[in-house]
Amino acid sequence: MEYNVLLGAEAGQGANTIETIFSKTLLRMGYNIFSNKDYMSRVRGGHNFDQIRFSKSKVHTHSDKLDIIAAFSKETVELHKNRLKPNGLIICSSKFNITGENIIAFPFEELSKEFGNPKAMNMIILGIIFKLFDIPMEIAKEVLRENTSEKFIESNLNALRQGRKMVEVKYRLMEKNNENMLINGNKAIALGALAAGCTFYSAYPMAPSTGIMNYMAEKQEVMGIVVEQAEDEISAINMVVGASFGGARAMTATSGGGYCLMAETIGFLGVSETPAVIVNVQRPGPATGLPTRTAQADLKFAVNISQDEFPKMIIAPRDAADAFYQTIRAFDIAEKYQIPVTILSDQYLADASKTVKVFDFENIKIDRHIETHYSDDKYKRHEYTETGISPRIIPGKSGDQVYILDSHEHDEYGHIVEDKATRIKMMQKRMNKIEALKVELQEPWVIGKENSDILLISWGSSYGAIKETVEKFNEEGVFVTALVFGDMWPLPKNLLEKYIPKAKKIISIECNYSGQLADIIQEQLCFKIENRINRYDGRTWSIEELYDELREVIYE
Amino acid sequence: MNNSFEIAKETSWCPGCGDHNILKALKDVLNELDLKPHQVAICSGIGQAAKLPHYINSNGFNGLHGRVLPAAAALKIVNSDLKVIINTGEGDAYGEGGNHFIHNIRRNIDMTHFVHNNQVYGLTKGQASPTSQLGMVTGVQTKGVLVEPLNPVSLAISLGASFVARSFSGDEKHLKFIMKEALNHRGYALVDILQPCISFNKINTFKYYKDRVYEIEIHDVSDKAAAFNLSLEWGDKIPIGIFYKEEKPIYHDRLKWLSKKESLVDKKLDPLKAEQFVKDFM
Repeated sequence: MEYNVLLGAEAGQGANTIETIFSKTLLRMGYNIFSNKDYMSRVRGGHNFDQIRFSKSKVHTHSDKLDIIAAFSKETVELHKNRLKPNGLIICSSKFNITGENIIAFPFEELSKEFGNPKAMNMIILGIIFKLFDIPMEIAKEVLRENTSEKFIESNLNALRQGRKMVEVKYRLMEKNNENMLINGNKAIALGALAAGCTFYSAYPMAPSTGIMNYMAEKQEVMGIVVEQAEDEISAINMVVGASFGGARAMTATSGGGYCLMAETIGFLGVSETPAVIVNVQRPGPATGLPTRTAQADLKFAVNISQDEFPKMIIAPRDAADAFYQTIRAFDIAEKYQIPVTILSDQYLADASKTVKVFDFENIKIDRHIETHYSDDKYKRHEYTETGISPRIIPGKSGDQVYILDSHEHDEYGHIVEDKATRIKMMQKRMNKIEALKVELQEPWVIGKENSDILLISWGSSYGAIKETVEKFNEEGVFVTALVFGDMWPLPKNLLEKYIPKAKKIISIECNYSGQLADIIQEQLCFKIENRINRYDGRTWSIEELYDELREVIYE
Repeated sequence: MNNSFEIAKETSWCPGCGDHNILKALKDVLNELDLKPHQVAICSGIGQAAKLPHYINSNGFNGLHGRVLPAAAALKIVNSDLKVIINTGEGDAYGEGGNHFIHNIRRNIDMTHFVHNNQVYGLTKGQASPTSQLGMVTGVQTKGVLVEPLNPVSLAISLGASFVARSFSGDEKHLKFIMKEALNHRGYALVDILQPCISFNKINTFKYYKDRVYEIEIHDVSDKAAAFNLSLEWGDKIPIGIFYKEEKPIYHDRLKWLSKKESLVDKKLDPLKAEQFVKDFM
């Protein structure tokens, strides 16, 4: 059995607070959760909503069908009532003058006044939800205490109790403890960076990436690291270059506009063979676009960022757990190959919380791939080697050796050159690292029945919707295989070469206008992908939406 | 005396350019301060002056045009044992890098910034720079420069820089003295160095500066208002010397959670240290 609750409110009404308390309570009761946010780029007002889907089985994405709508605003009811299941409920203020069998209406505004806090409304509503699901007060109290500032705990608990008195139990949930955690993509990336030994983080605030900076900053004191808010994204990425040259593991995160500003410096990282991890939490563009919405539309930009050519890697995490482990891997690959690694996340992944197995910290290995050079020969930072990877030292930490890092074309020591022979050798040295990098590549995840006639191709956070939709088709006896890419560049090709010849129909699914991954596959494998499901409205698919769209393409 | 900062490298500067004197003074001063090449990192952006790290034996960072300040700042933050010196032209420092100049002063990181200010763009062959004087005719500013020059000394004082000085490449003794003072200052030190460009600036020549510069004598370097007033003097007389100097907390002093003993890069990295945060998500 699964349930789906929507909390709709204006910004500032406290819906996010009750989302956190509700989700964490469910987590402690042993539920799998997927909760996502849909919010406008404003601090007060507007229409925002949280959807919390939970089940004893695994959940990977959001769903359209709702059991409960908790409406802080009348607009919430109007926008979402058509999504209610037949016996679903709407909780709203009696002020909205909405009546019906499935309406639970109370004068919340007046009731809140009794608690001396107009915002107590959210706690009364949470109390109602808790009672409907028969959630034990002990767990609810414990979570509320941990997530509420001291001075509001008592009044919030009273408001919660008040809510519980107002309705009867409707659903019965069973208790169970487990070893799961609930985390969103932004925090998973930040936690991954902390685990990987990132000691320097610099960024400029930009939705939807700011959550990464917030989490890193919250932990900087305990971890003994530096989080610096830069004056702009150009500064942020150049700080990362300086910190990495200085010997630290360094990261920055931004979204489309900031990633544009970083373009030149990412080329500098390439030519100077400086490791760095750059997170682009994608939102729809161009320019300011839709600041708080989602997209997978920066893939081609990331592949081609900065002028000329240099080795780089691009990884698109598929869910919160993948985001954590891939961030750690990004730091390792960046230092091993001395290249910039871009993590292409997106707003949906960044803000959606998902139940995942508690992260495994025991098996994280940090290898800095840093050497010391104490010989009398002058150290060559860009020494020609077979793989193209040269020994890297930290300035001031390798006896009396020195070296220069340069954004110009340079010789093995890092000094400016303009001669043809050195240019050719250096270009080849750097580009050779792409060959070396190929041993690291991870093939896409395979979902569904192997070798079906229908092959879906997608990447990144579209994984959740595809996973559940494919399972639904397979249950119905329609066999579908999906390849969901995480490593985007260099493109892993083994599974594509294996599955493409066997498939009768190939369909790409991407949150962008043209099908950017499909284009890259076409170019790299000389194979035409004609069926493309794309959306570019700033949202991503629910199971139902993707199921319907796929049915149309499969049976056309 | 044998100077370990010497390197046998031909420069791409014009004969007679003020850059040569600045390079020589810097090598001498670093040697006289008993620093070793591996203890020093000389950082620059792009421009004629910014080629300097290639002409001196030390760690070097030749980054992007205008972007050296954030890179040097982070280098010093993580690898605080290094003596970090920034060596750029005025286009790099005040033009393309203007925003970083402003915000870097606010950080007050312990590093020294030498700006070769020749009031013209050299590498791109003679266009106006942020400090070019009103009316100077160039291949681009064919009707003369139409915008007023930026005064870096006034700007730095007004933003709260903890050490602000000006020197002249044609006065070796003064330049070396100011460089030493700046390098010994704890905090961000700016030295704007007047320097003739013999190829593209026919107005602000060696003689032009020689006739005008005078050493600041009676002045209280801790008096910010007096320093600002003095910085406004530009014309027949151009003051050189230390305008303003203040001991105040540097960026590292404010990072109270960092070890005072070891540099951030020497910190042992331990993934298990982050495991405690899992409880945030349960």
